Order: sequence, then C-alpha cells, then structure tokens
Amino acid sequence: MAYANSDDRSARATKIVIAGGFGVGKTTMVGSVSEIAPLRTEELITEASEGVDDLSGVEQKRTTTVALDFGRITISPELILYLFGTPGQDRFWFMWDELARGAIGAVVLADTRRLDSCFAAVDFFERRNLPFVVGVNCFDNSYRYGTEEVRGALDLDDHVPVLLCDARERESTKQVLIALLQHAMAEARLAGTAS
Amino acid sequence: MTATDEEWFDEAAGPLVRPYAMTGGRTRSDTLGLDLITLVVAMQSVTDVDVEPEYAGILSACQHPTSVVEVAAKVDLPLQVVKVLLSDLISQRLIIFRSPAAPGAEPPSQHVLQAVLDGIRKL
Repeated sequence: MAYANSDDRSARATKIVIAGGFGVGKTTMVGSVSEIAPLRTEELITEASEGVDDLSGVEQKRTTTVALDFGRITISPELILYLFGTPGQDRFWFMWDELARGAIGAVVLADTRRLDSCFAAVDFFERRNLPFVVGVNCFDNSYRYGTEEVRGALDLDDHVPVLLCDARERESTKQVLIALLQHAMAEARLAGTAS
Repeated sequence: MTATDEEWFDEAAGPLVRPYAMTGGRTRSDTLGLDLITLVVAMQSVTDVDVEPEYAGILSACQHPTSVVEVAAKVDLPLQVVKVLLSDLISQRLIIFRSPAAPGAEPPSQHVLQAVLDGIRKL
C-alpha cells in the first residue's frame, strides 16, 4: 500500500526564496545544493513575451527563466526544504507574494555588472520584513567589488549580511544559506524580545 | 466569423485551451488554500481507482508526500490547473493534504530554523 508509513502524515515543508535579476544565476544556485535536478513548473501567462527580456551585459546566457524553477533538500524524514528561484522578469511579480509567504527568508543574488537589477528584490523583502542576505555572485570575468561597496550601493542596513559567493559551487551556496538561517534566527529572537 | 475558425485547432491554441477544459473552466481553488509547498499524498494507489487520466497522473505523482509545486512539475501542467484538480481529489478523499503555510502564515519556528540550519551544515 502506498500509504502505510504513518510518519508520512507528519511530514512538513518549508522554503527559501532565491531572488535577483534576470540571468544572475538563481537556478544555478538552486541546482548547486538541490538533491534533484532543478524542476520547473509554469503559470499560465497570456501576455506576449517577445522583446521584453533584458540581456544587456549577459550575452553568455542563452536560455530564459520564464517559469518557476525549484530544488529540494530533504532535511529529515519530517522536514523538506524547497528552494525557489524567482521568475526573473518583472511581469512575474504577481508570483512573488505566494513565494515569500511563510518563507524562512531570501537570498538576493547580485551581479556587480548590473547591481540595479536587484534593487526591486531588496525593496520587496524589506517591505515585507522577510529576512534576507545578499550574495554577490562572482562570475569569472566580472570585476569584484567588496561587500561593503555593494552594501553602500544597495543602501542596505548594517545587519543585513552581504557575502561574496560562487553560485556554481555547492560549498559556497551552503555558506550563503547558513548565513541566511543564522540571520533569520537572530531576527526572530529580536522580534521575540521586542514584543 | 471569418474563414479562420480552424485556428482554434492550431498547436498554439492547445496548451492554452486544454488545461482550462480539464478543470471545467475553473481557475481558482482558494477554498482549500493550497500553497506551493502544501504536501499532498494519495490515499489510494492509481490502480485501485477509476479516474480520468489527468487525475490518475496526479495520484501517481503523489504516492508519497509531495509538494503541490512538485506534483505540477511532474505532471507538466500549470500550477493553477493542478491546484484545481488536487482540490477535486481532496474532496473525493483520494488525497489528503497538510498545509504548512496558510495565507498570512507565521514565519517558521526557531525549532524549524535550527533543524534546517543543522541539515544544511551536514550537506
């Protein structure tokens, strides 16, 4: 019988959102730690999509994230963590609310060649008080700004962690996620003492 | 009406029309509050029930606890359609669900955060 194990009934799921501009490496980051190859699901979009993707500065990227990509990490038999890459284009904003609702927090992945492309994500999470960290994805040919320069450019509060990372590397992505979890726990403790 | 009626049978029309036809035109399933990561699990094996192919596909995709979004990816149907079809199966008691994040949900507890932190460190 498919459903004999009573432990199945107590399983729970939680999620982390990986946000950032189009082509910054969100799906790569999901794939670097996911136990499954990133899966993709789609929402029905009726609007035409030609000519709206902004590829300036990312000539290397051929494919477009037009849907929701996600990965999975089984933390324990009772707890599954999902990692969601946000749809990269502005016309998918309507999906962000459901993604952010009840999430542990978010990683805003930044590309220093186009820092402005993550302003919207930073703004979104700040307004919802969702804990987030900024991961500065260091591509091979991109100039490496220091974390403090990025913090200044994005006008981030001092308590928001900013890390340099390589979204292709499992160990690097792990460090970003660990920083997010520690940040989320500190924020939750602060909220607990404030109330 | 023009002579281009047959455009409806164009390949391009298929994916847009057919999923809504599957759900009888329904696009919302808010009554159950199914979320992307709501876990669903089939109470019956597919071979035990006589259901239409789309329902059978969903039942076989969640023989073990599986998130709504993962079911959608497995059966390769849009999320809204999968939520409606899941709601039907839940109302027929062929699937049960556990909602981790109802609308306006609390953030995860310290216990969950600690468990996730420990799990990621062990990767």
